[in-house]
Amino acid sequence: MSRDWPLWEVFVRSRRGLSHVHVGSLHAADAAMALQNARDLYTRRQEGVSLWVVPAASITASSPDEKDAFFDPAGDKIYRHPTFYDIPEGVEHL
Amino acid sequence: MRNPLQDYVLALADDALIAAQRMGEWIARAPQIEEDVALGNIGLDLLGQARSLLTYAGTLADPVRTEDDLAYWRDEREFRNVHLVERSWASAFGEHDFAVAMARLLVLSTYQHELYGALLASTDETVAAVAAKAVKEVAYHHEHAALWVVRLGDGTPVSHERMQAALGSEWRHVDELFDGSYVDAALLADRVAVDPATLRPAFDRRAGEVLAQATLTVPDVRPAVGGGRRGVHTEQMGYLLAEMQHLTRSHPGATW
Repeated sequence: MSRDWPLWEVFVRSRRGLSHVHVGSLHAADAAMALQNARDLYTRRQEGVSLWVVPAASITASSPDEKDAFFDPAGDKIYRHPTFYDIPEGVEHL
Repeated sequence: MRNPLQDYVLALADDALIAAQRMGEWIARAPQIEEDVALGNIGLDLLGQARSLLTYAGTLADPVRTEDDLAYWRDEREFRNVHLVERSWASAFGEHDFAVAMARLLVLSTYQHELYGALLASTDETVAAVAAKAVKEVAYHHEHAALWVVRLGDGTPVSHERMQAALGSEWRHVDELFDGSYVDAALLADRVAVDPATLRPAFDRRAGEVLAQATLTVPDVRPAVGGGRRGVHTEQMGYLLAEMQHLTRSHPGATW
């Protein structure tokens, strides 16, 4: 029975104003059970004020095989960082 | 001479302590590792309530006793818990029947939620403070039990039948929870304690709502003979205490 329960990914927001961060995964029969299990597994030590659970099957992930094509081209594009540019004198609010 | 307040606090404490000890049996026995942790958390909540209440009961004793004195060095006849919490998890379906666990947790948490909710207004500061912390914990226990009772009751024909059977075995011990004859009249008059009989309508309503949603019926069963509040326990209580107390009694004063 237990092997049939789907996998859920758990996201916890630790404080108001911060975003939800992935903390791990768990098994549950449905969303309500996943939320309860997430509460018991991932917020035992007051880690959060808000929980998201997402079916792991719903997440489309980038493939490790495509890592080079996906991410390496950004490596030498230093002009994409704001620090590449000198701020002209007299410009405020930058 | 016995102290009525101490007796009352001990009854609340022992319900929580013995329920916690039984709940611990589910760790590594629940249907899922996630449920092991959930029941472990619930057991630890109950143990926390027991510790606060036992510590308080100990300060009311003369001479003063510690929480450990009361948990480990009292004998069976001195425990004041109801039979509901001391019995094993066994049923016709096995030694550890998960449906029995959820039926019992539903009964206990629904009762405790009404009890602690009423004790928020206790004129005894310590009792009111323990209730304030505990009422949130048992609200979650109720939610957890209700989720499972609905899931199993409104599940397959097999899960429905087993959930209904488990309710039948636990419901025999509901009346004892609401028998207020152990509560001293002066404590009620001073609004230190709550007469559990006054909590029964709310219990019936809230438990009934869960069972209706679960397509289950409130069991029509003959109440079991109680006696836990007077120190008269079932056979299984002795085995539970032997396991809970043997380490302390075999090695008095041991620390780790």
